[in-house]
Amino acid sequence: MRDFEYGNPSSLKQAITLLGANFDEAQVLAGGTDLISLMKDYVVTPRRVVNIKSIAELRGAQETAAGLRIGSATVLEDLFERPAPLHPFPSLRTAIEGVSSAQMRSMGTVGGDLLQRPRCWYFRNGFGLLARDSQGRSLVPGGDNRYHAIFDNAGPAYFVCPSSLAPPLIALGAAARVTGPKGSREVSIAELFRTPRDAGESEHTLGPKDILTEILIPARSRTLRNATYEVRERRVMDWPLVTASVALRMEGKRVRQATVVLGQVAPTPWRAEAAERALAGKELNEAAAAQAGDAAAQGAHPLSRNGYKVQLVRVAVKRALLQAIA
Amino acid sequence: MANIAWPPASKRGLIGKSISRIDGPEKASGRAKYTYDQNPASLLVAKMLTSPYAHAKITALDTSAAERMPGVRAVYVFNGVGKEVNWEGHEIVAVAADTEELAEDAVRRIRVEYQQLPYFVDDADLAQAAKDGRARQLGAETSGDPSTGFQQAEVTSEGDYGIPVITHCCLESHGSVAQWQGDKLNVWISTQNVSGSAGEYAQSPELNVPASNVNVDCQVMGGGFGSKFGVDTWGLAAAALAKKAGRPVKLMLERKEELLMAGSRPSLRGKIRVGAKRDGTLVAWDSDSWGTGGMSVVGIHGLLPYIFRGIPNRGSRYTAVRTNTGPARAWRAPNHPQACFLTMAALDDLAAKLGMDPLDFFVKNLPLAGERAALYQEELQKAAELMDWKAKWHPRGDKAPGPTKRGVGLSIHTWGGLGHDSYCRTTIHPDGSVEVATGSQDLGTGTRTVINIVAAETLGLPLDGVRVEIGDNKYPPDGASGGSTTVGGVSSSTRVSATNALNELLAKVAPGLGTTPDKLEAVGGKVQVIGDPSKAISWKKACARLGTTPIVAMGQRNMSLISSGVGGAQMAEVSVDVETGVVRMEKMVAVQDCGLIIDVKTAMSQVYGACIMGTCYALHEEKIMDQQTGTCLNPNMEFYKLSGLDDVGDIVVHMMTDSAIESRGVIGLGEPPVISPGAAIANAVANAIGVRVPDLPMTPGRVLDALGKGEKA
Repeated sequence: MRDFEYGNPSSLKQAITLLGANFDEAQVLAGGTDLISLMKDYVVTPRRVVNIKSIAELRGAQETAAGLRIGSATVLEDLFERPAPLHPFPSLRTAIEGVSSAQMRSMGTVGGDLLQRPRCWYFRNGFGLLARDSQGRSLVPGGDNRYHAIFDNAGPAYFVCPSSLAPPLIALGAAARVTGPKGSREVSIAELFRTPRDAGESEHTLGPKDILTEILIPARSRTLRNATYEVRERRVMDWPLVTASVALRMEGKRVRQATVVLGQVAPTPWRAEAAERALAGKELNEAAAAQAGDAAAQGAHPLSRNGYKVQLVRVAVKRALLQAIA
Repeated sequence: MANIAWPPASKRGLIGKSISRIDGPEKASGRAKYTYDQNPASLLVAKMLTSPYAHAKITALDTSAAERMPGVRAVYVFNGVGKEVNWEGHEIVAVAADTEELAEDAVRRIRVEYQQLPYFVDDADLAQAAKDGRARQLGAETSGDPSTGFQQAEVTSEGDYGIPVITHCCLESHGSVAQWQGDKLNVWISTQNVSGSAGEYAQSPELNVPASNVNVDCQVMGGGFGSKFGVDTWGLAAAALAKKAGRPVKLMLERKEELLMAGSRPSLRGKIRVGAKRDGTLVAWDSDSWGTGGMSVVGIHGLLPYIFRGIPNRGSRYTAVRTNTGPARAWRAPNHPQACFLTMAALDDLAAKLGMDPLDFFVKNLPLAGERAALYQEELQKAAELMDWKAKWHPRGDKAPGPTKRGVGLSIHTWGGLGHDSYCRTTIHPDGSVEVATGSQDLGTGTRTVINIVAAETLGLPLDGVRVEIGDNKYPPDGASGGSTTVGGVSSSTRVSATNALNELLAKVAPGLGTTPDKLEAVGGKVQVIGDPSKAISWKKACARLGTTPIVAMGQRNMSLISSGVGGAQMAEVSVDVETGVVRMEKMVAVQDCGLIIDVKTAMSQVYGACIMGTCYALHEEKIMDQQTGTCLNPNMEFYKLSGLDDVGDIVVHMMTDSAIESRGVIGLGEPPVISPGAAIANAVANAIGVRVPDLPMTPGRVLDALGKGEKA
């Protein structure tokens, strides 16, 4: 591991001053479940690591008039301690329960889940985020892409966003507070992510001096019917192959408005707008859920070895919808 | 005089009972010291530089920057300028330094220039392998007349089947700690071959140490599964680095190195055609198969068809493919799980085509299965009873409504398991304490416990009346633990040695009891006249007659106490979500014979472990190679997937024991139960979903592809 400085600030302000002009200068450390491994493997090599877990204001969840505020450095397992805050959001609960293992949930944070780096094995094995060989050709289309993107995968990015919490948070209309040297701003969760178009771009929109400080799930979302369905090969210690999170504004048995967000299918969390349109105004039953699943799969472009993920999208969406109204 | 023959069931106090492993509490509490835990004073830690390329020539190597770093104590070159490295992970240099971190930093300072050379890593692509001159037919076998056989066949089934390269995944990685004391070398090494390791060090000109000066220690180990027979280049490197540095050196493989270079199980893929009469009688077999063991030309030649060698007309050809991947090593029941999967899957597909219950189909064809046919039948019947097979089996494709389909599948297997050569020494001290020593090793299987049971039974003592010493080459030699040979070796050598010691004691004690040694026995902590507990003295008093000189008696493996050859039947029940392709294990039934069982609990534990290991390779496990880069994509436990506890389902183990089976003596057990799971689980999946998933592991993607639900790019 490259030598690095360790900053352990107790205030947000101090933390921001410790960050650098680029990610090679400094990176934020929260749960440390992944950053340290990436550093050991020289996939990332920051000169300074800034721990934000000692900053009290970044930890814990609070019910407010505006909604549920969750500090970005809140440990996932802590969200279960008082079941009350997550009660209206089974979609979020399912996603958290699906995070790998009790050990990961006991160390990992909400912000860390959102901003973790992709699990793409070419990236992890040192071929860069865009997985290119020495001639600059992408390795993914002709390689083993069983876990790669089926949407927004025209290149150069083929990895999938690994966040478990992003799909339910986006479906629930949550916002993120980002604080930088010039103050703080609120953005939608979806706006945290982008599909990089060239080698210099990160998959997150945060700047090197920004810190994700808080998540807000608005109060109005409490009345949404919501659910997450994850398809996973192993029950524990595994990444979902595809996830679907749905949030429904119902009028009796009819869907007034639906939000359907897929995970593990694109370089960003993937909004399935065709599925949302297919649901609007419909009575939600098995057939309508299946139709929405089919609609969600429209426009998928599987690579050589991940065609099965298209089917998983169909079924994950269908099952999430049926679970949401069960 | 005590006789070495195993005591009859009525006279056994310990043998054949269910006894917890004696070192369980030490292991569970963390007191047991593994190789990793050995930290002699002034220890250095070594790290390796390995090839990032699948195939390259080293054109320049400069270690000077690393050597100049303060705290770097020694550098060892495995492969220098002009040498070729033949797989990603091929060892190049090792560096010993004061700390692990420093050693890692030093490795990064080493400058290597490579001339990259053509490589091939994708063994599934036989056509390309042939084009590259990397495919070599290793053998062809014909019996009867296959073409006539297929003409006679009324029903023929044909299919492609494949099982990929996997690795051993020992919980404890390979490695050692080496320490010199003058011209003596002490090594703590995670090895399946304690007694044989000193000779390997002695062969190294660099070390220049006679075997007599090498002490090898391995008290406990975290698994080997066939990958830890040798001390390995990195074991010799640790000793050489320690010699250069004048300080002890620890060199344990990183998990990535473990997965890349420390052994793998060869793949096996093939096209198989099988033919039968309409009544199910097998008449013809034809197979073309290939696999890779890395750069070494190895494989399953002669094993297809597995077990059903009596099919009258059969042809089989096997081609070995050389790939630039880490070399194959024996993997628990070498070649059998692969051959078993291909054979049993092909036969199961034929049974389905015939519309037969595979249980009836297999039983009908057991006359073609050779000498153990009757045993297989008995085991299949027992398994069927424990699985409730007749109630659960249905023709292919569960017709139940809903996406979850259930199915059952079966397989049978065989193995040898003759005990390896073994020597044991029993010492009876005048104070009554007893020590039994042999240079064997306990891979985690319960060897230490088995030795304890045999010695205590023989001497009529409780378990804690005997101290067992193993895992050190200063004790009498015992063979390498591979091929299910350990229990036969150590149980017989221990029995003979303890009996010999006892007979010396009886000879000393007999006159005082007014009798002759042949009238005496040792039972219940006493030496007594056979059948007359009134004429007895306590063990302690008997030993006191020795004066000041202990009895020391040797024993060697004895063929009258052991034999070879077992069968086994397994049945799996799965549920498959046909919308997601996710397979869940519901239940495994494993019926296994292994002759006389010394300890039922550790024996069953072997079978449980094998079923779990089998579930891993049936559903998840695969070393994934990338032809574009020549590298392994999943050299970590994140994407090299093993089953978790929630993934394995119920496991029901039944050990076959009756007087006829016990009369065969002790037979090894490590390998056989891991042979069938892949086939049984794959057949259960086919039964559930109605189609064959041709390749293991049966991941959701492969299951959906088999169901025609996977979209094409």
